[in-house]
Amino acid sequence: MLSLFERWAKSAALEVQEYVRLTMAAFRGIVTPPFYRHDIVEQFDIIGVGSLTVVLLSGLFTGAALAAQSGMTLDQFGARPVVGRLVSASMIKELGPVLTALMLTGRIGSGIAAELGSMMVTDQINALRALGTDPVRKLVVPRILAGIFMTPVLTVIADAVGITGGWVVARYQLQVNSGLYWSSVVKGLYLQDVWVGLIKPFVFGFIIVTVACHVGLRTSGGTAGVGRSTTLSVVAGSVAVIAADYFVMQILIALLY
Amino acid sequence: MQAREIAAAKTALDQPGAPIVLFDHVQLAFDERVVLRDMSFTLLKGHTKIILGASGSGKSTALKIITGLLKSDAGVVWVNGQRVDQLGEREMMSVRADLGMIFQEGALFDSLTVRENVGYKLYEETDMPVDEVDRRVAEVLGFIGLAEQVDKMPSELSGGQRRRVAIARAMAFKPTILLYDEATTGLDPITAITVDDEIVKLRDLEGVSSIVVTHQLRDAFYVATHMAVRAADGTVRIVDATPEKEREAEFIMLREGVIVFEGDADSLRRSADPYIQTFLS
Repeated sequence: MLSLFERWAKSAALEVQEYVRLTMAAFRGIVTPPFYRHDIVEQFDIIGVGSLTVVLLSGLFTGAALAAQSGMTLDQFGARPVVGRLVSASMIKELGPVLTALMLTGRIGSGIAAELGSMMVTDQINALRALGTDPVRKLVVPRILAGIFMTPVLTVIADAVGITGGWVVARYQLQVNSGLYWSSVVKGLYLQDVWVGLIKPFVFGFIIVTVACHVGLRTSGGTAGVGRSTTLSVVAGSVAVIAADYFVMQILIALLY
Repeated sequence: MQAREIAAAKTALDQPGAPIVLFDHVQLAFDERVVLRDMSFTLLKGHTKIILGASGSGKSTALKIITGLLKSDAGVVWVNGQRVDQLGEREMMSVRADLGMIFQEGALFDSLTVRENVGYKLYEETDMPVDEVDRRVAEVLGFIGLAEQVDKMPSELSGGQRRRVAIARAMAFKPTILLYDEATTGLDPITAITVDDEIVKLRDLEGVSSIVVTHQLRDAFYVATHMAVRAADGTVRIVDATPEKEREAEFIMLREGVIVFEGDADSLRRSADPYIQTFLS
């Protein structure tokens, strides 16, 4: 029993060590040449523009569902007109960043793990190294940069679309006046909320991509191994995002509020 | 090793016709499984070393140690005048600039075209103008007879064509050492001969030193007993090797990480070792 625990502990420690090592190497790759500019632009397109549809749809329906549900609850207190305040605060502080991050974990986290995993099991990563290319600089750094900078952009878009989705429900289902909804949206927001909504996605973007790259680059065992890595990347990435949400929120509450 | 000895060894390795790859008592184990045990051999400039052995005998591992993709647990490895067993990943890049490796199954980048695969290192890792890289890509693809496949994706190529493109990718930046890891495994005999011909041509016409890892005896002996000659009209022919040329190809037989034979094709054929006899039969 003890040896089983020891093995698990050793394996977990090794994973953490390799994750930290990859992250440090990526940071070195971000600040020192060579830079693979073409790959960076390509990843901004794949991760940013490529994720737009999924983020738009999830943001729209989340905002709409939030308005419909909170409308029913607010009705009990005769507070239906403040539905905009609830939608904006929830979307910007919590649902926008977290749901966007979870959608990105499913879309880009799985994609990165599968792509790098396939390259591992077909020796393409070794071929890169043999050809004098550092795989971290060529493959990991562009993805991290795109993840860090595109996740906040996508989150802002999801927030905006979500609040609009809330307006559609508020206006046409809950019969709330448009002017009242939008003024409630603005009133419900404080500057600190905006900061929270902007800072969290940077952290989430970093976590999603680094976890996916780490899992992908440790793939072994052929196509079955690629499948395992893809699943692990989504599961580990999602749990890490939700856990990070709690800790980042605690830090931001202490710093901003 | 003392600094003076290192300097002396480095000077010796830099001499023309000197050892270009040197393994000295190299050992490697993964957990409790010993992969290479006390392995020592030398590859001379312009020569071919053919490493034979069953699957799992440590052949590919030896190549990965030479390229720095794996680090040995003990022993000394010299490549092209540099001691690589102590080098970090960044320092290895300069060693790899003169080292080409052909992986099992080719390991072509499946999202890049043949042109981008072959010119990868020149496009990405050098300042060579794109026009010049394109010319070099066309030249090497012409050399291996695949000039018309330049815009195809690897998935559109046959197994033999993929291996030949992998050879073209490895030779595009004109390395002086080429390492072939099971370059003909899984190919039919006719296609395998076309790959063997490329190995022979690169050795004899481009002066490349090679290490050929294989368990295909037919290919191993073909590479050892043939040579490439360029006729006056520029055409290249593959002919039977002269006895001197044959002696430039040396065989190593590995068994569970241990060298059980080292010598030329003739000595290998005449070996009385029961394991070698079984392997050759």
